[in-house]
Amino acid sequence: MGLFKDSKLITDPLADNNPITIQVLGICSALAITAELEASIVMSVAVLFVLGVGNVVISLMRNIIPSKIRIIVQLVVVATLVIIVDLVLKAFAYELSKTLSVFVGLIITNCIIMGRFEAFALANGAWRSFLDGLGNAAGYGLILVIVGFFRELLGSGTLLGIKVLGDPIEKTGAYAYGYENNGFMLLAPMALITLGIIIWIQRSRNNALIED
Amino acid sequence: MSLKNKLHTLKEKYKGTKMAPAFNAIHTFLYLPNETTHGGTHIKAADDLKRTMNIVIMALVPCLLFGMFNAGFQHHAAVNGFTEGMSFFSSEFWNLENFLIGAAKILPLVIISYGIGLGVEFLFAIIKGHEVEEGYLVTGMLVPLIVPIDIPLWMLSVAVIFGVVIGKEVFGGTGMNILNPALTIRAFLFFAYPTWMSGDKVWVTGAVEKTGAVDAISGETILGSLAQGKEMVYSTWDMFFGFVPGSVGETSTLLILVGALFLIFTKIGSGKIMLSAALGALAMGLIFNGVVDQGWIEESSKFYSLMSTPFWHHLLIGGFAFGAVYMATDPVTASQTNKGKWIYGFLIGFLSIMIRVFNPAYPEGVMLAILLMNVFAPTIDHYVVQGNVKRRKNRLKVKTA
Repeated sequence: MGLFKDSKLITDPLADNNPITIQVLGICSALAITAELEASIVMSVAVLFVLGVGNVVISLMRNIIPSKIRIIVQLVVVATLVIIVDLVLKAFAYELSKTLSVFVGLIITNCIIMGRFEAFALANGAWRSFLDGLGNAAGYGLILVIVGFFRELLGSGTLLGIKVLGDPIEKTGAYAYGYENNGFMLLAPMALITLGIIIWIQRSRNNALIED
Repeated sequence: MSLKNKLHTLKEKYKGTKMAPAFNAIHTFLYLPNETTHGGTHIKAADDLKRTMNIVIMALVPCLLFGMFNAGFQHHAAVNGFTEGMSFFSSEFWNLENFLIGAAKILPLVIISYGIGLGVEFLFAIIKGHEVEEGYLVTGMLVPLIVPIDIPLWMLSVAVIFGVVIGKEVFGGTGMNILNPALTIRAFLFFAYPTWMSGDKVWVTGAVEKTGAVDAISGETILGSLAQGKEMVYSTWDMFFGFVPGSVGETSTLLILVGALFLIFTKIGSGKIMLSAALGALAMGLIFNGVVDQGWIEESSKFYSLMSTPFWHHLLIGGFAFGAVYMATDPVTASQTNKGKWIYGFLIGFLSIMIRVFNPAYPEGVMLAILLMNVFAPTIDHYVVQGNVKRRKNRLKVKTA
């Protein structure tokens, strides 16, 4: 029954308390790596792993961490997990790890992770912290995937590398009718604008989210 | 029953419903409203937003007509060769054939620009329940004038939707926007579809389709060829009259000057901004000429040909004059204070030429310069106002002491 009772821990960050669109955390990576859907997905999974495991570890240690050095302890935990992710990526998906480049390492500085450690894992039990980590990482991933979907589709005409709109050079599919890829979509400003549009839609559907 | 009465009945009928703003907009656009102000109104002025907008549109019409003739003329010039030393009223330029070629290309641009843009405005007015604002009237006219003639219509539609929604509506509509919507639309096109916005194929109608064919034609803008260090084929008078390839309505510096005088005379456009923008451009041009004269730059440098362009030529080539007169002076996005206007205009001119020379990837700097200064305009105003407050405080201190 624990899962049922705490299900809000997972559903809240997906919508009304989304770490990106409501708390506006983790924007940096959301802008940098969302030009391709695949990179967005891998990044989401990486954050899901780091945040889920990290939250549990911090939660288990919460009573023995001296509060004066808690940030350092949190950093050590996060850095360890990120290195694991980085090495796994390099071993099994080398090309992708090159696309993501420094941004895997920069998961350490992702505000969402330190934010959840500080705000939740230090004050809650392991199971609840685990759910909270999953929820927040999923909320982060959801936005990344949405942004990545539109940026890759409109910017390169592909999805996960598959040419869904036809071939731009041989002029097949939509390109035969004069359609062209929108180069602006691949630039970071357009990621910010896409994100802004998501925030706009979300807040106009739920007026309670609008702050003064 | 006259059209006005019919519209009025419709307006009454739909009062309070969601569609009301749409009918109100048509009514107020065509006629004076039937309602009069009640209570103590003491100031009466006829120059409402609608009239202001219409005066700017009137100032733009010569550029639009010239653009239509020029489109046909450039097409023929690219096919048959350019006639040198034409006078402004040459019949080779002002003939029906040229006009028809241009009109067939440019009227669709105008229609798309107004149709899509006003459609978005009406939609937002209905959703948000406010009145339709007249702000798009000028933007809708500017947009066809600042794009290359062969731009695909669907691209223009996408850009107009983007520009109106992201450039204006998200900030709260006319009067609230930070960036000039027409330039937002152009910047979007420029970054999204660079192959359609620069190069030597897009400025002359028909050049894109003929790429690679035996009778292929091309026409490069003056800036484009200068950026590549080529020789200039056009005379100064050609540039001044506007017989050169370029975006639809920005080539004729002469007609832009006429428009500028008209705007200053009717007190719609700010002469301060126009003048200071010209001064800024001249200053930057003089600096670059000075650098060349001092021999600090090699002739082989890729900046050489643009830097050595006589400083006053910068006012004639490219879209500088058009941007400075019609877009830098946009009352919403420009500085509001008098001193601020001088600074704002000067920096636009200064930065335009700097971008133009140093960044061959963006041959026209005026678009980026105006957008940048749009962002800084409130900051300039803030410091001008604070400076004034400080000065008066000091004066007060001296008096009381």
